[in-house]
Amino acid sequence: MANLLDIRRRIKSVKNTQQITKAMKMVSAAKLRRAQERAVSSRPFATKMAEVLTDLASHAGEDFHHPLLDPRGNERYLLVLVTADKGLAGAFNANLIKAAQSFMREHAGQTVELLAVGRKGRDFFRRRPVEIVGEYIGLTGKGRVEHAEALEVARDILRRFTEDEGLDKVFVIFNEFRSVISQRVVVEQILPVSRAEDEAPESADDARPQTFVDYIYEQPPAEIFSRLLPRLVETQVYRALLESVASEQGARMTAMDSASKNAGELIQSLTLNMNRIRQASITREIIEIVSGAAAL
Amino acid sequence: MALQLDVITPERRLLSEQADSVTVPGRGGELGILPGHTPLISELQTGVLSYTQGPTTRRLLVSGGFVEVNDDRVSVLADLAEFPEEVDAARARTEREEAERRLGAFTGTPEELADLRAQLDRADTRLQLAAGDAAR
Repeated sequence: MANLLDIRRRIKSVKNTQQITKAMKMVSAAKLRRAQERAVSSRPFATKMAEVLTDLASHAGEDFHHPLLDPRGNERYLLVLVTADKGLAGAFNANLIKAAQSFMREHAGQTVELLAVGRKGRDFFRRRPVEIVGEYIGLTGKGRVEHAEALEVARDILRRFTEDEGLDKVFVIFNEFRSVISQRVVVEQILPVSRAEDEAPESADDARPQTFVDYIYEQPPAEIFSRLLPRLVETQVYRALLESVASEQGARMTAMDSASKNAGELIQSLTLNMNRIRQASITREIIEIVSGAAAL
Repeated sequence: MALQLDVITPERRLLSEQADSVTVPGRGGELGILPGHTPLISELQTGVLSYTQGPTTRRLLVSGGFVEVNDDRVSVLADLAEFPEEVDAARARTEREEAERRLGAFTGTPEELADLRAQLDRADTRLQLAAGDAAR
C-alpha cells in the first residue's frame, strides 16, 4: 500500500494539472467565440462571390480560357496542409496528418509536395520523405487570422501555380468547423478552379430556382471573370484558415474539458484511497495503544 | 427607401441598410444607382461610395472588388471598406508621403508599381473622406 505522503503529493500534482487544463479551456472558449464570429461574418462574402462567379462563368463563354481554370496534367500535386501550431487539442492535428498521409498513399503515382501552414504539420512531415516547399508558422497561433495574412498564403499558392507549369493540382486539407465538439477534415481542390458545370449538382439542390438575370456588364465578362478568379482562391484560403482556427479552439476546449473532468475523477479516487489509508493507520494506532494498555 | 444596400468585405458585413440612391466608384467612372436600375455588374476602383437616406448623405471608402445590382438590391463586395469615423487621417498622410517617396525613385516590377499606386489611391481617398467628414 502506498504511503500517505505519496498520495498527498500525487493529489497536489493532479490538482495543479487540473488548474492548468481548466485555464486552457477558458482561454479556448473565449478564443473560440471570436473565431466563430469571424468565420460566420466571412460567409456572406464567399456566398455572394460564388453566385456572381457562377453567373459570370455562363457569360464568359465556353471558349474562355484562363491559366487558373484550364485543367492540366495529373503528375504533380501541391498539398496545403492547415494544422495548428500547438498541440493539446485532442485529435485535431492527428486527424489532419492522417488525412494527409492517406491522401499521399492514394496518390502514390503522383508527386505530392507539401505547403505546411501550422507547426504541427510541418514538424511531422519534416522527418519524412516528403518535400516541404514552404511553411507558414505562427499564423493560427494567436487564435485569429487576419485577412492580409490569408492573402499572403493565397498569393504564394497562386504564384507557385502560375509560375510552375508542371504543377498540376493544388489541394487544401483543413478542419471544417461544424460545432464546438465536432470538426470534419476536408480535402478540397482549389486549383485549377473547377468549371461551373462541375458544381452543377450543388446548385441544383438549391430550393430557389436558378433565375437567369441578364446583367449589364460594365466591363467585358471575361475580363471581370479573370480578375475574380484569383480572388476566389484567396477567399477559399481565407475560409480554410478561419474554419481551421475555429475548429482548433473548439477541439482544444473539448479536450481540455475532458482532461479537467478526468483530473477531477482521479483526485476523487485518490482522496478516497488516502482517507482509507489514514483511517487504517489511525485504527492501527488505537489498537496498538489499547493492546499496550491491556498488557500492563 | 427603395434600395437595399449591402457592403460586404471578406472580413465583415459592414453595412446592410435601406437607401434612396447609391453612388459607387466603378472602374469606368462613378455609377449612380436609383431604384429600378437594370441588373448590373461592375468592378470597383478605390473611391468613395455614397448613399442617401432621405435628406442625409453618408459616405464610406471602398477599394477593389465589385458591385452587383439586381432587383433593387445593391451588393458591394469590396476588398476593403471603411467608414469615415474609422479613417485615421494622420496615418493616411504618412502612408501617402511614403508612397509618393517610393514612387519618386521607383525601380521595381510592374506589380509593385501597381501596388504602390493602389496604396497612394487609398491614402488619397482616405484623406478626402476624412476632410469631408470634418467639414460637415
